[in-house]
Amino acid sequence: MVEYLLMKIFRALVTVTLIVSAAFVVLRLSGDPAIIILGPEAPPEAFEAFRRNWGLDQPIWVQYLKYFAAVFQGDLGVSMRDGRSALEVVSERIPLTLAITLPALFLKLCIGLPAGVTAALYRNSWVDRLIMMLSVAGFTVPSFVLGLVLAMVFAVWLGWLPSGGSDTWAHAVLPTVTMGLVGAAVIARFTRSAMLEVLGQPYIRTASAKGLLWRDVVRTHALPNAAIPTLTIIGFLVGSLVAGAVVVESVFSWPGVGRLLVNAVANRDLAVVQVILLLVGLTMVGANLAVDILYGMVDPRLRIKRLKAGS
Amino acid sequence: MRRPGLFYCNGETAMETLLSVKDLKIDFDQGKRFVRALHGVNLDVAKGEVLGVVGESGCGKSITWLAALGLLGNRARISGSVRLDGEEIAGMNETDLSRLRGGRIAMIFQDPSSSLNPVHRIGRQINEALKLHRGLTGAAADAESARLLDRVGIANATRRLREYPHEMSGGMNQRIMIAMALAGEPELLIADEPTTALDATIQAQILDLLTELRRDTGMALVLISHDLGVVADMSDRVAVMYGGRVIEEADTGSLFDNPAHPYTKGLIAALPDIDGPRRRLESIPGTVPAPDQLPPGCSFAPRCAIASKICDAAMPGFLPFGESANHFAACVKCREEAPFGEAAPGEAVKPGLVPA
Amino acid sequence: MSELLKVRDLKRHYEVHVPQGLFGRKASLKAVDGVSFSIEKGKTLGLVGESGCGKSTTAKLVLGLIPATAGSVEFAGTPVTAKHDARWRALRRRMQMIYQDPLGALDRRLPVVTQIGEPFEIHNPEMSRVERTERASGLMNAVGLRPDQAMRYPHELSGGQRQRVVIARALALEPDLLVCDEPVSALDVSIQAQVLNLLDDLRERTGFAALFISHDLKVVRQMSDRVAVMYLGRIVEAGLPEDVFLRPQHPYTKALVSAIPTPARRGKRERIVLEGDPPSPVDVPPGCAFHTRCPIAQPSCRNTVPQLVSSGGHAVACHLVNDGAATAVQAAE
Repeated sequence: MVEYLLMKIFRALVTVTLIVSAAFVVLRLSGDPAIIILGPEAPPEAFEAFRRNWGLDQPIWVQYLKYFAAVFQGDLGVSMRDGRSALEVVSERIPLTLAITLPALFLKLCIGLPAGVTAALYRNSWVDRLIMMLSVAGFTVPSFVLGLVLAMVFAVWLGWLPSGGSDTWAHAVLPTVTMGLVGAAVIARFTRSAMLEVLGQPYIRTASAKGLLWRDVVRTHALPNAAIPTLTIIGFLVGSLVAGAVVVESVFSWPGVGRLLVNAVANRDLAVVQVILLLVGLTMVGANLAVDILYGMVDPRLRIKRLKAGS
Repeated sequence: MRRPGLFYCNGETAMETLLSVKDLKIDFDQGKRFVRALHGVNLDVAKGEVLGVVGESGCGKSITWLAALGLLGNRARISGSVRLDGEEIAGMNETDLSRLRGGRIAMIFQDPSSSLNPVHRIGRQINEALKLHRGLTGAAADAESARLLDRVGIANATRRLREYPHEMSGGMNQRIMIAMALAGEPELLIADEPTTALDATIQAQILDLLTELRRDTGMALVLISHDLGVVADMSDRVAVMYGGRVIEEADTGSLFDNPAHPYTKGLIAALPDIDGPRRRLESIPGTVPAPDQLPPGCSFAPRCAIASKICDAAMPGFLPFGESANHFAACVKCREEAPFGEAAPGEAVKPGLVPA
Repeated sequence: MSELLKVRDLKRHYEVHVPQGLFGRKASLKAVDGVSFSIEKGKTLGLVGESGCGKSTTAKLVLGLIPATAGSVEFAGTPVTAKHDARWRALRRRMQMIYQDPLGALDRRLPVVTQIGEPFEIHNPEMSRVERTERASGLMNAVGLRPDQAMRYPHELSGGQRQRVVIARALALEPDLLVCDEPVSALDVSIQAQVLNLLDDLRERTGFAALFISHDLKVVRQMSDRVAVMYLGRIVEAGLPEDVFLRPQHPYTKALVSAIPTPARRGKRERIVLEGDPPSPVDVPPGCAFHTRCPIAQPSCRNTVPQLVSSGGHAVACHLVNDGAATAVQAAE
């Protein structure tokens, strides 16, 4: 098990390194930060000084090696835009993002799980059809469309809520609901199929034949088994807590990590982009690792890997 | 802990009916329409006896008993009567029915390893039944679970209780299923293909165990199997099913020595033997018709060698056959060839049965 | 004697990871551990044993589908290896296989007549489309499928009909050897008899030899000229079906044979019930692999592996049987 986890961590770190490297190269090849930050009308000497200052005049592989050497020493670079530490620039946005993604996650689980379970239990009934219809609508409509529709209804027409900004808690409602609804649709669909799969298993029939009431069969036999595949998708959602709000933050002008990422890419603020990507990679990896450990706790079959007996 | 009124019958004394299934019909909801899978089945199980039920896939041998216990789910529409000790249990509410399930009537299934919950320990799964039917919890339940495991021949019972189904072989899991069934001290055990997924030597172990348990507890056994050998070996009485109907029923000796229905004869002749000279198998031509495409009369007629026009007219009545008192068959033609005991249609119909 | 297939001391071991302690340990799973037999032209050898005994692995080794760890397979004088070159493909044409699950062996998207004609397409590409269809129709007729079923798809046929399609396809190129791995285990009794009779008739007509694998002793006896009983990767008894099944010598075969319930045996059975489960092929007991479950095992059975010793064409691998036989000869067959 320890061996298995170390292997997982190692693979995950390789993945993160690859993501950061790819971003490093692409960002540097796709536009000159000097021009973007100083503006095209700046004098040539200013460009030169800027490039020397940030080490942009060196060959790209030298920049790359220097960058990684610095990362391993804990130096994640400085924002080209305002000269502060990139880590600091990103860190101050994290609480703002979590302020909408955490409630959204809560919303996703509170709507998605019961909806999926209910749909499965009343398969082919009107309840099931209604839930599935809403679910399909929820994840086929892009979140910016849903966000704009909600903004139009609740901000423009009804005037109950502000359409953008982050001054009060009311500003957080629309982005949270938008993300929550989309996520709930995904979870509902996933939970339903996991639940249906489990309900068709012979041990469910055994549990009924043993004399358990249906609600107890569902509670003690069906739900724990259906939870196993559902964990994967929840892990994915937890992994995207920090940076899963790019679109929604942009739509509602919410100054979180997602919006920072969009701006930093547009401005070629290289260090900031790298820090965000690193952060995204690490949270994803952390969430996946947590799911793996939870898997082992929920599913005893994974604790002892079965022998492959061939005949 | 034995219930009053539970005793062992050796087949010679007059037997008291334990479970009585009358005119049981099942229709499955196929979305746009209902397809009838069971066409009025009548079966009695006496206290302490072994009733073998044979037939090929789709004949209705399993769903009859699942329906009796209300385990077919809401896609099945069930009509008819199921009486346990005279008390009607068809259409009973779920709370009352769930008290019978795993209590007076227990059930075990074909694939023991997937019939146990993979995420719960063995002990927890047996304890659950003990709590439901005997109110045992905590240490008392653990002790009783260990005793039950010991009873079904599992060594190191206390340690095994802490293990999971995937840590055991198929044979062990079937023993655990049996232990769980015994937890409710049932008067009737319904075993649905209990050894089909198991190897020959393990099958022998399980059949021996079932025989022994039945002798000790006096419970009745319904043994559902596609394997004529298993049924012949274990049963006091055998019912043969085809196309959602019982087409022949007799004491085991009478059924195998003097089969009446051409289908029963065909099944026996189609089976290769292990002893005696080798002979060419006699196969039954054609295949089982789909449930929604049954012929109007006898459902076996299209595959039957001796069928004639009369067979297509209507489903034949279930009438006595031969000399044995308990031998019935649903075939018009079998009596023409039968050497003795002809019964005119309509007379001496099996008691309690409405001719189809 | 014209030996079509000759298998000598065939072994197949797998490296497996056994959970034990913190990191587990490496172990060797002996799926097949020294199996020798031969099949004459037009004859059928039945291979019988319980799950995990190595009978299906043997089938794959015989066809060269997986490489052997040791030993040799010779088909019509040519060694069969798992190197899938032109020579192997030429051999494979003459050795066909049918499996337990016909639906898995067929392509769901093609009508059955096309699939039956497929071997011609692969091995005889110059054959015209018309001739191919004609030959496929002939094969369908030979296995008892109706012409109107030609354009059906596999899922539109019953289990027995699908197995007929698989048999027709396997016989398309008139193979010399047909390896049948549990061909009727998924079928109902009445259909099982149809397929067994069909195989019997086709063998009579075309004269192929067969390696017939099943867990069902009754079926194996019905189909075989000779039978071999396997236990944990080895053959423990072999001979004529009458000898092996009616006069079994090995305690395992005795138990296996006595465990078969049949209508004729009802009421007068003397079942030998073995205790416990077969050991895992990862931890094969030392000495005679069967000694842990054997009702008559002696302490000495734990020490040496018994050899398959033949006397009058009936071979047994048991110390207790063979030490008593004075005229024992080392099994060559």
